[in-house]
Amino acid sequence: MKSATGLAIAAMIAATAAWSDVIKPDEVVFVDGAVEASLSGVSGDPVVGAELMNKGSGNCIACHQVSALSHLPFHGEIGPPLDGVADRWSQAELRGIVANAKIMFEDSMMPSFYRVDGFIRLGDAYTGKAHSDGEVQPLLTAQQVEDVVAYLNTLKEE
Amino acid sequence: MKRPQILTRAMAVTVATLCAASASADPDEDSLTINGEIEIMTEAAAPAHLDDVDTIYSGWRFRSDETQSMQMDDFDNPAMIFVEAAAEAWDQVEGTEGKSCGTCHDDVDNMRGVRAVYPKWSETAGEVRTLEHQINDCRENQMGADSWNYTGGDMAAMVGLISSVSRGLPVNVAIDGPAQSTWEMGKELYYTRTGQLELSCANCHEDSYGLMIRADHLSQGQINGFPTYRLKNTKLNSVHGRFKGCVRDTRAETYKPGSTEFIALELYVASRGNGLSVEGPSVRN
Ligand code: HEC
Ligand code: HEC
Repeated sequence: MKSATGLAIAAMIAATAAWSDVIKPDEVVFVDGAVEASLSGVSGDPVVGAELMNKGSGNCIACHQVSALSHLPFHGEIGPPLDGVADRWSQAELRGIVANAKIMFEDSMMPSFYRVDGFIRLGDAYTGKAHSDGEVQPLLTAQQVEDVVAYLNTLKEE
Repeated sequence: MKRPQILTRAMAVTVATLCAASASADPDEDSLTINGEIEIMTEAAAPAHLDDVDTIYSGWRFRSDETQSMQMDDFDNPAMIFVEAAAEAWDQVEGTEGKSCGTCHDDVDNMRGVRAVYPKWSETAGEVRTLEHQINDCRENQMGADSWNYTGGDMAAMVGLISSVSRGLPVNVAIDGPAQSTWEMGKELYYTRTGQLELSCANCHEDSYGLMIRADHLSQGQINGFPTYRLKNTKLNSVHGRFKGCVRDTRAETYKPGSTEFIALELYVASRGNGLSVEGPSVRN
């Protein structure tokens, strides 16, 4: 009993801490395209990251091939393959690329996954309708960016 | 800024995949003759106004052999059922004036050449018009009939009928003179990166044609084959319907079918295909 309550409280504190440590999209600090600090204040989960590579607003393999995900069908060819990407880029650089690739790569075709302004004719997701006046959600949440970065960090060849 | 460095970093891998991907990287080498007699130019030298593309290709060249073969004979082309219905509608008297399309235009074969030059500047209207607009103008002002829904089935079928009699003729829309400002507007729209994904038509259909984006083999997004029968939705699809889908997929607010913006975009996209044969109604996935 006692320890269960203790755990619940510990979890609550962790959750609160995590929430308050979230860096908002317009507060992210880029240095040469890289982002040093975790966006969520918590480390990412590579297993969740792997799922985001395939689904939802991540859907990274729409444009990138990843050999480690070869069990999933249809990898795109728009961007470079991500095999060994962690040998080429540091964690901070990977975080910067996922958050807003257009800072590292000028005019990149890669969408900015953690940005909320500067869009032309922003729609309401895939409905084709205009976005309401409400708050714009980034394509990935702070934690999702961390999860994806944690997954990218596993892609080592050397 | 960091581009050169990135290029070298990614170079080794990119070269490796280029080899692996080359099977699907280009339009294929197949050629298209319909009913054993109508030769279709699915490839042509790019028109002079295109700076970043040398050769233009019909979307047909990017489809699988099975999909391609459905277009080689009208008996196998599912779009033709709709065209047959439109051929009946052609002679159907409707509206307060007691007329049909055929009353004024006689045989539909007289429409040969029309599809190839639309969208086109209309002197009477003082604006660039699509074929759909012209059809609705005839219905309302000549026949005294109701206009058709811009992307509706009746309209797509009639556009399909009128396209079918132009098959094999080169697309040749005018982009100068009074049409020029509309064309410029279309060009601007073509290169504008819209929506939360910030993608322009050019990102996918000029910079990336021949590549796979998830399960889709990107074509140049040409409209010489419209209307298209899509295996995906088993109906005839209009140009503006397709544009709407592509804009929506960038997580953007789309323009309306028949809007000034889409007319301009249609003129511009059509002009990128000047030299390809009219191929509609075509079959796509
Ligand atoms: C619409 C296409 C597209 C999507 C979707 C996309 N990317 Fe990219 N990505 C690119 C392109 C293009 C580049 C190459 C950079 C450039 O020159 O623009 C790139 C570069 C990268 C790089 C650097 C690779 C290297 O080897 O240098 C990483 C890492 C990366 N992307 C990760 C991701 C992740 C993770 C996601 C999903 C959350 C994603 N990308 C989604 C197009 C895309
Ligand atoms: C995110 C990528 C993407 C963007 C951006 C995009 N398209 Fe497409 N488009 C596709 C895909 C995928 C297809 C289906 C495969 C093909 O034919 O390329 C397609 C098909 C088409 C077709 C049908 C071609 C045929 O032969 O049937 C046309 C026309 C077209 N697009 C025009 C446009 C225009 C105009 C724009 C800009 C308003 C645009 N697209 C923006 C991905 C895109």
